[in-house]
Amino acid sequence: MIASSGTVVSRRAVLRGTGALIVSCSLGPAITAAVIGRQQTANQAALPGDLAQYPLLDSWLRIAADGKVTAFTGKAELGQGIRTALLQVIAEELLVPLDRVTLITADTALTPNEGYTSGSHSMQDSGTALRNAAAQVREILLAEAANRLQQPIAQLQVEDGAVVAPDGTRLTYGNLVADQLLHVRAQPTSKLRNPAAFKIMGQSTQRVDIPAKVCGDQAYMQDMRLPGMLHARVVRPPGYGANLLKLDTAAVEKMPGVVKVLRDKNFLAVVAHREYQAVKAMRALAALAQWAQTASLPQAAALHATLLAMKSEDETILDTRSGGTRATHSATYTRPYLAHGSIGPSCAIAQWSQDQLTLWSSTQGVFPNRAAIAELLRLDPQQVRCIQVEGSGCYGHNGADDASADAALIAKAIPDHPIRLQWMREQEHAWEPYGPAMIAKVRASLDESGHIDTWDYGVWSNTHSTRPGPAGALLAAREIAAGYPPPEPRPIPQPEGGGDRNAIPLYEVRNAHVVHHFLPQMPLRVSALRSLGAYLNVIAIEGFMDELAELVAADPVDFRLKHLNDPRAVAVIKAAAEDFQWASRPKRSPGQGHGVGFARYKNLAAYCAVIMEVTVDHETGRTRVVRAVAAVDTGQVVNPNGVVNQIQGSILQSMSWTLFEGVTFDTQRITSVDWASYPILRFSSVPATLSVRLLDAPGAPFLGCGEAGQGPAAAALVNAVANATGRRIRDLPLTPGRVKAAIGV
Amino acid sequence: MIELDVNGRTHQVTADPDTPLLYVLRDDLELNGAKFGCGLGQCGACTVLVDGIATLSCVTPILLLAGRQITTVEALGTAAKPGPLQRAFVEEQAAQCGYCTAGMMMRAQALLQQNLFASEEEIRAHMEPNLCRCGTHFRILRAIRRAAKIMLGEHSAGQSRAEPSPPLESNTDITRRPAHSERRERPER
Repeated sequence: MIASSGTVVSRRAVLRGTGALIVSCSLGPAITAAVIGRQQTANQAALPGDLAQYPLLDSWLRIAADGKVTAFTGKAELGQGIRTALLQVIAEELLVPLDRVTLITADTALTPNEGYTSGSHSMQDSGTALRNAAAQVREILLAEAANRLQQPIAQLQVEDGAVVAPDGTRLTYGNLVADQLLHVRAQPTSKLRNPAAFKIMGQSTQRVDIPAKVCGDQAYMQDMRLPGMLHARVVRPPGYGANLLKLDTAAVEKMPGVVKVLRDKNFLAVVAHREYQAVKAMRALAALAQWAQTASLPQAAALHATLLAMKSEDETILDTRSGGTRATHSATYTRPYLAHGSIGPSCAIAQWSQDQLTLWSSTQGVFPNRAAIAELLRLDPQQVRCIQVEGSGCYGHNGADDASADAALIAKAIPDHPIRLQWMREQEHAWEPYGPAMIAKVRASLDESGHIDTWDYGVWSNTHSTRPGPAGALLAAREIAAGYPPPEPRPIPQPEGGGDRNAIPLYEVRNAHVVHHFLPQMPLRVSALRSLGAYLNVIAIEGFMDELAELVAADPVDFRLKHLNDPRAVAVIKAAAEDFQWASRPKRSPGQGHGVGFARYKNLAAYCAVIMEVTVDHETGRTRVVRAVAAVDTGQVVNPNGVVNQIQGSILQSMSWTLFEGVTFDTQRITSVDWASYPILRFSSVPATLSVRLLDAPGAPFLGCGEAGQGPAAAALVNAVANATGRRIRDLPLTPGRVKAAIGV
Repeated sequence: MIELDVNGRTHQVTADPDTPLLYVLRDDLELNGAKFGCGLGQCGACTVLVDGIATLSCVTPILLLAGRQITTVEALGTAAKPGPLQRAFVEEQAAQCGYCTAGMMMRAQALLQQNLFASEEEIRAHMEPNLCRCGTHFRILRAIRRAAKIMLGEHSAGQSRAEPSPPLESNTDITRRPAHSERRERPER
């Protein structure tokens, strides 16, 4: 229930021009933000970031009598440093030291529902909400002080969590805060601090999570230990669609430490007192299980032809054609399935007690995961509490949700004991949902001045999200008797897009036609992998830009700049070129080359340009990146070192995908099931230099940088290899075998 | 019952002799540093020192370890009193998810205990077995070089003294430019 209040005149005066303040009746602390935050109001759409979803300020920030601040976010720390960046935003706007703020992250019992921590959205959605909430809380406290001191606000200063009067009287936030004071609706505009006066935002700040991680303190899901905890392992089928024919569990049940062997149709699990006892029992169970396998996977050698032959749902996402010349040049780029390849296999703990399930999971979305698991277990969502605990880096939808479903199923069968379930390496590699294999075809023509006249682009892809929400998204739902089928896949709509993410070029092309050929049929299990379709689309667009530049003997950087009108895009490319000393780079010599790649992630988020120098060994076909230079505009920068860390990581991970990676399979099963069969980048392939320049935009909106480097880094690498070898390789990865075939060795 | 010497303390361990050291460290001794990554000796997340040598604890059964000195990242220092490698990794912010980090540090420790003057090539070659998925390699290399300098400083001074930490931004440039015209937020204070 919402009621107007006449008791907040001073606050109304502060937040002038925003209409009457509305104060909610006391609903008591037991009513969580998740319940009261969803009230619809007319001005909701105007609220910044996720305040639009949760307009009450105390859904985001609370202050205790001792002045300690507790903040709430529905976003999760995934190793990207979001906890520190959000703390900086709050501390800056509240004018308190960073260490006075405690940040509660993704927990269905405590925090706003901010969906998934994905898509480089955390600063934009949660950072914006927390920044505005903190600024409004500061102004409310300032007004409260003015009211108490009977002094005009303009005479008062805010510093170090206190309001200070000209005579030196100090009222701390703890003194000022009172019941319900912050239980008010946010206003559409906030008195945000002037970037020129920033003390904490914009400053490189050491991440608060790193000390525990380098000292062996409890820092991960995998490190949690609860009293009475039992260890579980699952046995997965040998391949997609395999059915369990025969299994005698008696011998395994007698093994030392084994508490239980569970079988529910094709879902198999063991539970033991000690972890290694569970591992041994799992191995024994796997050896005893007899399965009927099906050959449901495509021929790996014909993967892309198979995908192209599938029925597609076509959507034209851009059509600016009005004539134009016939396309004279065309190319086809492909990528394989890519694994997230978290270093630590997914882990979860579930406990079923008194008709309540508590679930600790490294999920990216506690609320959607709760919904899926409640449906899977046929519980009311209110019976499930899902708490995110940081795990090994996920880079998208890995096995974390599935592992939590496995743990929940087992916990339901063994009440009162916390069940710790961890996947094995081969399970993570074989069963995680991969980033989809894709094909991009592009055709274009150039006019007499060397400008692109027609641009015809098509991309073929599965969906890039099969995340939970529905129970059928969970792996175990396909294995248990009372299971759920996978939900119908859907494309992620523009403007963000899925397979068609970044399929629309940012370049000025006259007669553009871009079609997303969505492929509903999924031969391999797929979902969101860092940057989704942008990885291949940026490679294809940027690769083809180089191909067109070469046709008219244009410099690749100049050719891009000639086709760009966005000054921020121009600025990052120029900055990267300057840092790389592009103009004075050595003339191309055999085996040595340079390449540039650029994109604005999603055409909505951070701008990123990457330039690389590579050497390609003629005898071995091995590519080495000698140096990489990047320039990034991510709007207002909160933690510069954090952004640089993300971009450096993005570049190295993208290099790994592009040089080494591809999921392998035969017609029955995935065959890349460990680090020997799925090699990734190692220290010997790290460039000698890797510099990142940030083009700060004080006061500009947060743009989100976590995925911005994936496409540009890969494109720079693909272009540099083409430059070094004189032969363009359009199928990824750029393995030594492909390189040697291209150069005729 | 097997007697294990871990971080200078003796532990009576009741786990089966074929149990890999990693499970004993994590489950019996409740040490979080060494991580389960692959259980196959392929990724290095579980790296610890055994008699000073970098060892993959996920494939080393405890029956081989009686009387050997086992060292984990917990022995290098604490958050309150970090050792040189820990300091260096914090100062370089050489972690993203950080799941591989403790293993990286123990492999680096094995090298630095032998050679504080390891070249860039030697460091890279030595670190080759350990995998990082976040792409933090570049910072890890910097942190190892920094740790070597800190250790060298301590060695020559005979006490805990090292050069002050440089500002975090030392490996990047921040170009300030005017707020972009499309900004929506209006700073007023």
